[in-house]
Amino acid sequence: MPESGQPLRQPQSCGELFRVFTLLALQGFGGVLAVAQHELVERQRWLTRDEFLEMLSVGQVLPGPNVVNISLMIGDRFFGWRGAASALVGMLAAPLVLMLALAMLYGRFADDPRVSGALRGMGAVSAGLVLAMAWKLVGSLKKNPLGLTTCLALGALTVGLVVGMRWPLAWVLAGLGPIAIGLAWWKLRP
Amino acid sequence: MTVPFHTADLLPLFLHFVMLSLLAVGGAITTAPDMHRYLVGEQHWLTDAQFTASVALAQAAPGPNVLFVAVLGYNVAGLPGAFVTMAGIMLPSTTLALWATRWGRSRRETRGVRAFTLGLAPLTLGLLLATGWVLTEPARDSPGAMLLVGLSTVVMARTRLSPMWLVALGAVAGAAGYA
Repeated sequence: MPESGQPLRQPQSCGELFRVFTLLALQGFGGVLAVAQHELVERQRWLTRDEFLEMLSVGQVLPGPNVVNISLMIGDRFFGWRGAASALVGMLAAPLVLMLALAMLYGRFADDPRVSGALRGMGAVSAGLVLAMAWKLVGSLKKNPLGLTTCLALGALTVGLVVGMRWPLAWVLAGLGPIAIGLAWWKLRP
Repeated sequence: MTVPFHTADLLPLFLHFVMLSLLAVGGAITTAPDMHRYLVGEQHWLTDAQFTASVALAQAAPGPNVLFVAVLGYNVAGLPGAFVTMAGIMLPSTTLALWATRWGRSRRETRGVRAFTLGLAPLTLGLLLATGWVLTEPARDSPGAMLLVGLSTVVMARTRLSPMWLVALGAVAGAAGYA
């Protein structure tokens, strides 16, 4: 059950998948992940927060952008490969057209201090959006068989290695991943 | 100095991005250093400044961050270049993601798959915190920008307001010189 207690819904068609993913992609300044969790879990209620975190974890270790992998997984889950294609095209098409238009215009406005100021302001907000998403996901770790303390320790270690030690992501995942998965495997023993 | 781009170069450009697609664990942005090495250092199709501007522009516009790849392709070879780099970076990873998801979903109640997703969940949280921290970097010497970071964190964590309103607020505050 989602946290609000309201039942989950399902998209009615590939067209709806396309529309929702287009709208959420166009809101995603400086990254789409935070908008995706807001739109898919809280507004559309297609997934629970736990399911979103699960998809994010899988999307993270597969090659390719996380949000793109998540859109494929969600589309595929509801409408098979047609759904996956609808969600993927929704996620990419409109922002791509907009981005190429901006690339053509760029240079004419790059030196305007109001433009660079606006970009800085939007960047600050997008940092807040990502932090808020992390904050919300702490709740779903309470049910993790590893226990909240172990989870928070692993999370803190990840932050330390990425931010403090500046390890490449592949090393962090290759180093901590097997430990975390091994611990979970042991905790899940029948 | 840049070197002129020929139509025949589209194939090697495509293949290089196909290769990078499979290495892009954690997102396409993690392969940006290699794109720089190839496009600027080895082929001389872009200058250093063009490369940096392409990535910055993509970060500011809406949509998944992977679209910076299309801007790079566009600046190398116009619309065909954008098409080729995007197709290259997307095809292998999407195919693999779809296949792996289906494999995992049919076994999602097994101990192995559950240990995999539950074990990685705390690492995902850590990576989100790290991403949030890295994104605050340009804001750290400006009290106004840090206020925006804090405000949007609290509002998004506690309310159901659409993030679009906060992004708009950030744009207005920044344009007015408060970020």
